[in-house]
Amino acid sequence: MGESVEREGALDLLATATRLAASGPEARLVLRVRPAGVAAASSAFGVDLPTMPCRAERAGACAALWLGPDEWLLLAPAADEGCVAAALEDGLAGHPHSLVTASHRQTAVVVDGARAAALLAIGCPLDLDLAAFPVGMCTRTLFAKAPIVLWRQGVARFRIEVWRSFAPYLWQVLDGGLREGLAE
Amino acid sequence: MSEAFRTRDGGRIDRTRPRSFRFDGVGYQGLAGDTLASALLANGVHLVGRSFKYHRPRGVVAAGSDEPNALVGVWRDEASYAPNLRATQVELYEGLRAESQNRSPSLRFDRGAMAGLLAPFLPAGFYYKTFLWPRRAWARFWEPRIRAMAGLGRAPTLPDRDRYAQTYAHCDVLVVGGGPAGIAAALAAAAGHARVILCDEQAELGGSLLAETEATIDGMAAQAWLAEALARLAREPRVRVLPRTTGFGYFAHNFVGLAERLTDHLAEPDPQAPRERLWQVRAREVVLATGALERPLVFPENDRPGIMLADAARTYLRRYGVKPGSRAVVATAHDGAYRAALDLHRAGVAVAAVADLRPDPEGPLVEAARAAGIAIRPATAIAGTKGRLRVRSARLVRIGAEGEAGGGASAGETVGCDLLLMSGGFTPSVHLFSQSRGQLAFDPVSAAFLPARPAERCRSAGACRGTFGLAAALIEGYAAGEAASAAAGRGGAPGLGFAVTGAIDTRGGTLGATPHGRDAARVKAFVDFQNDVTAKDVKLAVREGFRSIEHIKRYTTTGMATDQGKSSNMNALAIAAVALGRPLPEVGLTTFRMPYTPVSFGAFAGFARGELFDPLRRTPIDPWAEAAGAVFEEVGQWRRARYFPREGEDMHQAVGREVRAVRQGVGIFDGSTLGKIEVVGPDAAEFLNRMYVNAWSKLAPGRCRYGVMLREDGFVMDDGVVGRMAPDRFHVTTTTGGAARVLATMEDYLQTEWADLDVWLTSTSEQWAVIALQGPRAREVLAPLVAGADIGREAFPHMSVRACRVAGVEARLFRVSFSGELGFEVNVPADYGRAVWEAILRAGRGFGITPYGTETMHVLRAEKGYIIVGQETDGTATPDDVGLSGLIGRTKKDFVGARSLRRAAMAAPDRKQLVGLLTEDPREVLQEGAQIVANPQTPAPVPMLGHVTSAYHSPTLERSIALAMVRGGRARIGEVLFVPMPGRVVKVSLCDPVFFDREGVRLDG
Repeated sequence: MGESVEREGALDLLATATRLAASGPEARLVLRVRPAGVAAASSAFGVDLPTMPCRAERAGACAALWLGPDEWLLLAPAADEGCVAAALEDGLAGHPHSLVTASHRQTAVVVDGARAAALLAIGCPLDLDLAAFPVGMCTRTLFAKAPIVLWRQGVARFRIEVWRSFAPYLWQVLDGGLREGLAE
Repeated sequence: MSEAFRTRDGGRIDRTRPRSFRFDGVGYQGLAGDTLASALLANGVHLVGRSFKYHRPRGVVAAGSDEPNALVGVWRDEASYAPNLRATQVELYEGLRAESQNRSPSLRFDRGAMAGLLAPFLPAGFYYKTFLWPRRAWARFWEPRIRAMAGLGRAPTLPDRDRYAQTYAHCDVLVVGGGPAGIAAALAAAAGHARVILCDEQAELGGSLLAETEATIDGMAAQAWLAEALARLAREPRVRVLPRTTGFGYFAHNFVGLAERLTDHLAEPDPQAPRERLWQVRAREVVLATGALERPLVFPENDRPGIMLADAARTYLRRYGVKPGSRAVVATAHDGAYRAALDLHRAGVAVAAVADLRPDPEGPLVEAARAAGIAIRPATAIAGTKGRLRVRSARLVRIGAEGEAGGGASAGETVGCDLLLMSGGFTPSVHLFSQSRGQLAFDPVSAAFLPARPAERCRSAGACRGTFGLAAALIEGYAAGEAASAAAGRGGAPGLGFAVTGAIDTRGGTLGATPHGRDAARVKAFVDFQNDVTAKDVKLAVREGFRSIEHIKRYTTTGMATDQGKSSNMNALAIAAVALGRPLPEVGLTTFRMPYTPVSFGAFAGFARGELFDPLRRTPIDPWAEAAGAVFEEVGQWRRARYFPREGEDMHQAVGREVRAVRQGVGIFDGSTLGKIEVVGPDAAEFLNRMYVNAWSKLAPGRCRYGVMLREDGFVMDDGVVGRMAPDRFHVTTTTGGAARVLATMEDYLQTEWADLDVWLTSTSEQWAVIALQGPRAREVLAPLVAGADIGREAFPHMSVRACRVAGVEARLFRVSFSGELGFEVNVPADYGRAVWEAILRAGRGFGITPYGTETMHVLRAEKGYIIVGQETDGTATPDDVGLSGLIGRTKKDFVGARSLRRAAMAAPDRKQLVGLLTEDPREVLQEGAQIVANPQTPAPVPMLGHVTSAYHSPTLERSIALAMVRGGRARIGEVLFVPMPGRVVKVSLCDPVFFDREGVRLDG
């Protein structure tokens, strides 16, 4: 015993580009619950779970992303993983549900800048025009050959949730696109 | 100015910026704004290539992407070599190097021209009927020679270093083609505030306006109007204008592929900049404004250098300031050629005669030509031409009232010329419309196939719809853009009229071979220049019994070259229709296929090459394995450590050492790629009861079970250990390769069959790093690192699971074994995977802990007869076939595949069953996949009894072992069978598939 071990993110080895940023550790929980439990989950989590498809809600440092009719990805500060999970389990005691920790399953890349949407368009087949994909929209989709969750946090700011083993691929494709864009 | 054929003024080239270039090693000069073709013509060079089959000298015929002859190789260095580029589309830059193709040793003296002398022996479809005798000569002699002759241009020998970009794009209105109709459409859509993409294959947008010097639009010279319209579009933030961008493919649901050429026109491109970009556009509405292509006339010897399309000649003169010759004969059936004749005449090119196939040509252009003193010969055809490397003369013959030309090889009048212009009229470019599955209809008035019923949300406008006048094209284009914008839910802009002056509408045209009065069997009148197909060939195909135009096309290869018959399809069709004695529309058109013009492989590949070809998935422990010198193997997208060789070890030695370490001490293995699914909810156990053959209800929390799932047909789909973490929570594992498939199958059943169950599935494959610790000393290594659980022999028996802490990290600890030894699998959150791995390694140092890879894992499990789904099973194995019928819950009423298992055939005694094989020679390792027979002496076909599924050298048994699936195998144990290999037969005896520790005592260490 007495071992103290270091936490190591999936993108820690790649860390340079100017308009791509790897997010640090965060708590991620996948919540599955039927409509009857949404109110209880919202109050336990402190964020109103969006019921409009493909929309994200934020409150403070926490966020809830609608991914399906009974599915939300919940984000919270890394340190709060345990207490957030406990609060949700308590709050949902009467409702059949599934709460699974996925903090280490995926990581996030933030694409920020005036050409963010154009950069994403090299691999994402969705229409990222502000009218078609407004701020606050989120969805599961593909970036080239990597499955991702894409969340528009601002007019020129996107957050990509990606499974950790796909993250270096995603990063390298984005970084290549960024360099192409600068060369043009 | 060194360019002898350059006009003194005019054109869109920049006379202040000369450009040096080399063609076939000879230095020339051109101007910025030239294409390679226009620059060569400015230097009086017409001979630019040799034809595909007969190696005939060929010159520039067209001025755009329809060019069939002037195909060149262009390169900066070998890695960037691009063959078969149309010289008419290659933009000139300083230092450009290009070479002609299909000639040896040189363009002027070509050995392959011998093929021309052999022409009588190379008729259409010659490869189907000659060279078949003697039979063996085909493979040894003829085929290699024909293959050497086939193909045009050469592939680069070095890998392409350039970057190729790709992007998706969305718009309300995509306009393909930037001529007058396309620009008008884009203006209208932009006025309606639509998102617009306007693309054109040329370096400059404008289409026919670029060579227009007389017409005015809204009071402005046409080219001034063009400049203003483009400036207006450039100011629109929602409009994207893409020059040098070919709309090459039109796919379902308005998905259109565009290929943009970004740097090929630059003398010194930024090496970081992509060379091309593939646009994958999803458009709400599409406007096709792809224009029309001029048709050549099919007369004898119509392929000599110096014979070109009339409108192309006009383009060279007007747009590039190049006189394509000094003395011209014009052969036509269309008024447009008179405009070319007049332009050339005014530029000082002598026009010796205009031979018009029509008996009484009339109209303003004909009158103007007559007034200018140009000799017009009505009802006159070209009976032949002379000139080896350049046309020297044309023979003009009168056509009689019956449409036949005066006979004889010397009839008519021979006119000297170095330029022969031809115009058979214009063919609307309906390629993209047809690709989109839109239906074409033959219009007898214009004698053309025109867009009729669209299959997609698209509109055609301008010449591609048979609307030829400038004013009409502008108005139609604007209306199409407006309608498209409105249909896309944007505004419609008020209709714009265009006041056009000075544009003269033209008429006329002909299809098929023209009369010549010579022996039709002896003349070469080319239909398809690029594939060397003559009118004679098309007729021959009909004579030999081909009736469908699709068959005629394939037999003669007409229209099958890289230009896809842009200039030849209509003429070939007309010749076939005459030969078949059927009306042309009845014979029908061949299908248009993408790409409109060739697209480079690089554009399609984009960034998906090298290490980005496919995601390479690595585990959190992968960097450690790499540093430790592991040899890796790819398992699907995953990279896994296969073995860890020490200095001087080969795989055999390393695996032997690793296996012995696990059997005698302790080994450590990265199992992180294992698929994992968290199954949670009050109905979790019921759900698993339905999905797996096993029974789950009575599995206590803290215990695990090896589960097998079937497809509905009763065959094994996947397997894995399932641990019950809580009454309503299971930790399910799957095979590495099956992870996504199993989750999708489960989710499918849940959503479509059992939506009433309160259970949910979440993939946790990547949440957990999995560290397997296997061997008799595994517990001793692990115990000091574990907190929060007693992992002693009694408290933590085989097939148990505990939530605890390992090396200070929250973990799920399984006691499971895939080696037959005492084993643990430590699951920790992935970010801690490497650190915990290293902590265990440190703890195991005193025990000789040995990292091992997938190869050792495979050997260990094979020694124990544990199957691997996908290796022992092939999608046709039942649980009983692989010896797992004991897992099936006896009291279960149903599970996926249960009903199929009750079919009689699934219990037949001669099904292939899992057995072990031992070779007579203990050193002989069988080949996986080898067949097993009872008697190798049986005459073929020898009945196959089964096949080898796994074969290794077993370091534990110090001999070879193998697993196999053999018909009725369990009943044959003890028998001797045979494995035929090339040149020999291996004798094997059948045994129980468990080779080691049959009692399983080692599981407890």
